[in-house]
Amino acid sequence: MTFEEVFFYFLAAGAIVSALLVITRRNPINSVIFLVLNFFFLVALYLTLKAQFIAIIQILVYAGAIMVLFMFVIMLLNLGDEKRLTDRVTWKQFVAIGLSLAFVMQVLYIVGFGETAEMKTMSAKAVDIGTVEYIGKELFSYYVLPIEAISVLIVAAVVGAIVLAKRKFD
Amino acid sequence: MIETLLIAFIKIVIVLLVLLTAVAYSVYAERRISAFIQDRLGPNRVGPFGLLQPIADVVKLVFKEAIVPRNANKPLHDLAPVISLTVALATFAVIPFGNTITLFGEEVKLIIADVNIGVLYILAFSSISVYGIALAGWSSNNKYSLMGSLRSSAQMVSYELSLGLAVVGVIMVTGSLRLDQVVMNQTNYLFGVLPAWNCFVQPIGFITFVVAAFAETNRQPFDLPEAEPELVGGFHTEYTGLKFGLFFLAEYAHMIVASAIITTLYLGGWHLPYIDMIDVSPMLMSIIGILTFVIKVTLVLLFMIVIRWTIPRFRYDQLMGLGWKVMFPMALLNIFITGLILLLLQ
Repeated sequence: MTFEEVFFYFLAAGAIVSALLVITRRNPINSVIFLVLNFFFLVALYLTLKAQFIAIIQILVYAGAIMVLFMFVIMLLNLGDEKRLTDRVTWKQFVAIGLSLAFVMQVLYIVGFGETAEMKTMSAKAVDIGTVEYIGKELFSYYVLPIEAISVLIVAAVVGAIVLAKRKFD
Repeated sequence: MIETLLIAFIKIVIVLLVLLTAVAYSVYAERRISAFIQDRLGPNRVGPFGLLQPIADVVKLVFKEAIVPRNANKPLHDLAPVISLTVALATFAVIPFGNTITLFGEEVKLIIADVNIGVLYILAFSSISVYGIALAGWSSNNKYSLMGSLRSSAQMVSYELSLGLAVVGVIMVTGSLRLDQVVMNQTNYLFGVLPAWNCFVQPIGFITFVVAAFAETNRQPFDLPEAEPELVGGFHTEYTGLKFGLFFLAEYAHMIVASAIITTLYLGGWHLPYIDMIDVSPMLMSIIGILTFVIKVTLVLLFMIVIRWTIPRFRYDQLMGLGWKVMFPMALLNIFITGLILLLLQ
């Protein structure tokens, strides 16, 4: 195995283990910590794919902002340990197991039969595509309409949140 | 391959050693300067002028009993100070502390990680640093700790916005996210005389950034998280011994890193103005660069310390009001003005 492969398997294993720990911890704060750890493994995987911008934004936005918000809410609501769900068996669990199995089959199919020659080598443009400059240029030229639409949507969400919060104080 | 790793390793070891020594001595500087301002003597017994005081402090902290409250979450209680210090030290990786130096026929860049997303890296790590304090407060299972950590998280999240937006001005002027490019851009001269430091090019951004950096490092006048009269010790109320020591180190490491970032982004980094007009050998030039950087960082650090002992603490609502109603619009205005001027200059 090459150095890159060893590195990849290490990161992938880390990401899977930390993701499993997120859903098996009973204390929600521990879950948050493992989710942040999972993000760091993902960041390293992005970096191996030469996607620096996505990598750093993953830390900045997800680990640094959204998960902090999660932690805030958990701390303020003072959530205790999760209750065990095993004593009740519902039809939802069977649907969930079925869907997960279907997803696993898809992944296995892709790994087993879907590999093309293109996927085996990294595109020569990969280095350029990952940079902030390239993403910025694309976002503000080719994708300018979607970007503006999303900004309007976010402004609407912020205004909505303020209106809801203000009603309580008036 | 091996050579690159070795050079990187040597750089990391040197920078860490210098940084940790600087942290220890900035505690000493803080105590001496506060004593001077309050007309006291300060620590002057251990060694000449009390210069060995940091060693005595460290030894004391190591040998103190480590107490963990009974209802605390032990693993997270242990983890929190480690996160705080790690984040502070890791941020230094992208800061250029000199230009290049030629050693043994090899040209070495004086920066640990020369990445082209340096500015974003700093912002990302400053957003991570909330975890150390938030987890410390929550895992202690003490209401004062929790209050302190919630305040501090709210404060850091609020001021991160103005911090990030202030930096946007610098990025617009430089046209790159590389920190060595930011410094290079400041080696020019405005109107042929004034060094083109970003604090002259971006005065509004500079003020916004410095204030936000003070808030991010939880320093006076923004040290609400550990406001002693209200919160005992804030987030580190339940910490003793070495773990308290780690928080203490982390606070000063954050200060030094913040000073280094201010120096790099706004005060010309390692560049000594007018030195390029005199003919000096490249080796001497590199050393002058490093010294300039160290002196600038020290001056910013001393400024932070003097501010702490000069200005009283804000009230919590004033702090939030300042962050959201003054700093945030100012940073936006700065971006607008910068964009307008850049457009007119084109």
